[in-house]
Amino acid sequence: MAFDWQGLVVQGLNGLASASSLFLVASGLTVIFGVSRIVNFAHGSLYMLGAYLAWTLTAHGPFAELGGFWGFWGAILSAALTVAALGALVEMLVLRRLYQAPELFQLLATFALVLIVQDVALLLWGPDDKFGPRAPLLRGATEIFGARFPLYELFLIAVGPVVLGLLWLLLHRSRFGILLRAATHDREMVAALGVDQKRLFTGVFALGAGLAGLGGALQIPREAVTLHMDMAVIVEAFVVVVIGGLGSLGGAALAALIIGELHAFGILVFPRITLVLVFLVMAVVLVLRPQGLLGRGAATAPVAAPAPPLPGPMPGPLRWAAIAAAVALVGVAPFLGDYPLILLADFSVLVLFAASLHLIMGPGGMASFGHAAYFGAGAYAAALLFKHLAAPMEVGLIAAPFAAGLVGLLFGWFCVRLSGVYAAMLTLAFAQIAWSISFQWVEVTGGDNGILGVWPSGWARGRLVFFYLSLALSAAGVLLLRRIIRAPFGLALRAQRDSPLRAEAIGLDGFLLRWIAFAVSAALAGLAGALFAYGKGSVFPSFLGIPRSVDALLMVLLGGVQTLTGPIVGAIAYAGLQEQLARLTDCWRLVLGVVILALVLFFPRGLAGAFRRRDA
Amino acid sequence: MTTPVLQAEGLTKTWGGVRAVDGVSFALAPGEMLALIGPNGAGKSTLFNLLNGQVRADAGRVRLAGDDVTGLPPRKLWRRGVGRTFQITATFASLSVAENVRLALLSHHRRVFSFLRPSGDLFAEEAKELLDRVGMAAQLQKACGVLAYGDLKRVELAMALANRPRLLLMDEPTAGMAPEARQALMAQTAAIAQAEKIAVLFTEHDMDVVFGHAARVMVLDRGRLIAEGAPEAVRADPRVRESYLGKQG
Repeated sequence: MAFDWQGLVVQGLNGLASASSLFLVASGLTVIFGVSRIVNFAHGSLYMLGAYLAWTLTAHGPFAELGGFWGFWGAILSAALTVAALGALVEMLVLRRLYQAPELFQLLATFALVLIVQDVALLLWGPDDKFGPRAPLLRGATEIFGARFPLYELFLIAVGPVVLGLLWLLLHRSRFGILLRAATHDREMVAALGVDQKRLFTGVFALGAGLAGLGGALQIPREAVTLHMDMAVIVEAFVVVVIGGLGSLGGAALAALIIGELHAFGILVFPRITLVLVFLVMAVVLVLRPQGLLGRGAATAPVAAPAPPLPGPMPGPLRWAAIAAAVALVGVAPFLGDYPLILLADFSVLVLFAASLHLIMGPGGMASFGHAAYFGAGAYAAALLFKHLAAPMEVGLIAAPFAAGLVGLLFGWFCVRLSGVYAAMLTLAFAQIAWSISFQWVEVTGGDNGILGVWPSGWARGRLVFFYLSLALSAAGVLLLRRIIRAPFGLALRAQRDSPLRAEAIGLDGFLLRWIAFAVSAALAGLAGALFAYGKGSVFPSFLGIPRSVDALLMVLLGGVQTLTGPIVGAIAYAGLQEQLARLTDCWRLVLGVVILALVLFFPRGLAGAFRRRDA
Repeated sequence: MTTPVLQAEGLTKTWGGVRAVDGVSFALAPGEMLALIGPNGAGKSTLFNLLNGQVRADAGRVRLAGDDVTGLPPRKLWRRGVGRTFQITATFASLSVAENVRLALLSHHRRVFSFLRPSGDLFAEEAKELLDRVGMAAQLQKACGVLAYGDLKRVELAMALANRPRLLLMDEPTAGMAPEARQALMAQTAAIAQAEKIAVLFTEHDMDVVFGHAARVMVLDRGRLIAEGAPEAVRADPRVRESYLGKQG
């Protein structure tokens, strides 16, 4: 049988085309990070806006009337420029106030922007997919080794290197570029030399946003514009930027190439694990070369703020109010209907989920962007035991924390070696691997259809009993975490966060401490996941998805990482807000986003911090 | 002759072609107070980091009470009775003074991997005693993050003493302190070292501190030991005067 050279060449070219698009987005992300040290979660939203704006401009208004070549390209470029202007606006209104804030708060703010843009896009453009016009002069296809290949894809292949070249010229031949490179290297020094940082940062943001907008706008001839573009592209762009090295333009180009081709050929060689493949590559790169392929030096910047002393105990009245509320909840529950009971059970589970993440984020000083992996591991452990062994709920609830804890031991062994953004990204990569497995290993996990019928045992099937069960197990989990934090282990965990050097000098093994904390945290997240699964009667890959990891992150950050009260308050506030908003308005994301922004800007210590005495 | 507490044999470390430490050998007797001095760039910090396990030597051995400990990480050296203080103090900022010292004690007694017992009162008495010895007993409950610099140095000393060390490695113990406070801290250190028979190796820039408290002085210049002996002898050594103290005599 003749080997299919044609097919390979076409696949290779397809890979190049997607690498090119990927590079446009990733280059913007990496330039922004290089200078501002902000990991811009909203970068995918800017990409999506670019696509929507380009669609609008080609369909309505002056460019649409102009039509033809100039109409099309005028619309594409205008869309990119509009997004650049939006980027500048966002920098001036929001991010500028957050440069001194902990990295995770910046991330939270940009995530709020994601939520806002999602609803704004929905309001402006509606839920239906939009199909853009094809590019004038580039409609046809050409023959390459006897195979037809679309001209527009060839054009896209050229765009990547051209943009890379232009960026290189901008960075090396213009005053703005030189300042930008200098600021990437040493921000303080550039400031000390009297350069106007504000304008530089705004300019960088506009540049990065413009690149994302251009990347999005260029997609309209080849794929539908949808409301899911933002999340899809941001994850890929993160992967590219992390593999290439945060802040490195050449690295982004190289990594985009690798990922683009990996997608193209991975589908031929390993059709079953394409999704895993990308994240596996990222994990391998991060473990072997934590700073990325072309990155300079590992980022050692701590993700958490320099921790202030543990706040004093909760003020007496507040403490009693909390206890009274808990007692009232237990007492009132029998008189509630099914729906509130379901909600309350969910809240208990989320509290445990958030509290488990807090152990590694607060005392541990690490960030996890992939905590849903362990939540999902617990849920799937319970569901798989049920499906294949017909195990009852009691067995599932006992097995889930162990299963999730084992997954935590495995993933954690890699993750806790890194610090800062890199560690966060590695946790994200592992979570995506776990998600991909649940999604693609259909025989075992049911894939997208999930596993159904995972109900509690007969005695716990009533909504009231199940709520009590969830509340009791979650409370037990939270109390266990509290004890651990106050035990010698917790003290040592906080110590290694405060000063790794001193911890080592008094005989503490920081790696071991963080690893154990990671596993404990994973185990309790797994318990939460199993409870959630029995509450819903089913499990789906979305249990391990990025949105769920982000939920956990938001709950912890909203509440504040300093104390265990933080994630509890945060979980209730976040879940409650989401639920109330979803009932009151269709635009709950918009409102939630605005609320989060307000909280980040006005309560940098989190909700729980706002209610505490300032002194220790 | 008693076995030296610390013994360096031909320690060598090259940084990018520069021999920062070049075949350094010396020995430190129990209870002895030895100062390591030398001009900036002489290799003091590198030598110190070779001894405390933070940097791996290219060649040479480090012996602790006769045992070869070359290449052991700092946490394992601590288990063998080495206490350390840092040039720039390193304490746990969010922990209280008492907690800082209690944690060092917990580590020493191998009680860190205890997950359920509240740590609140463990080794509270011992911690208080240690802090009392360095004059910090009055500030037990303060967080280290809010302490004055000189007080942080004292907390570090108390932590370094928590494992009942036979050797204290002090990198610039008085850097950043006021002159009177320097003398007080070193006098305190010397008294404790003498009472407990702890050997002390310290680097220092302040010559008053060196000649006031060291029993013996070693001079490092361009990675090599160029002189060692009693303070007065070293002070009079012409090579030392030339390379380090200046030629004003």
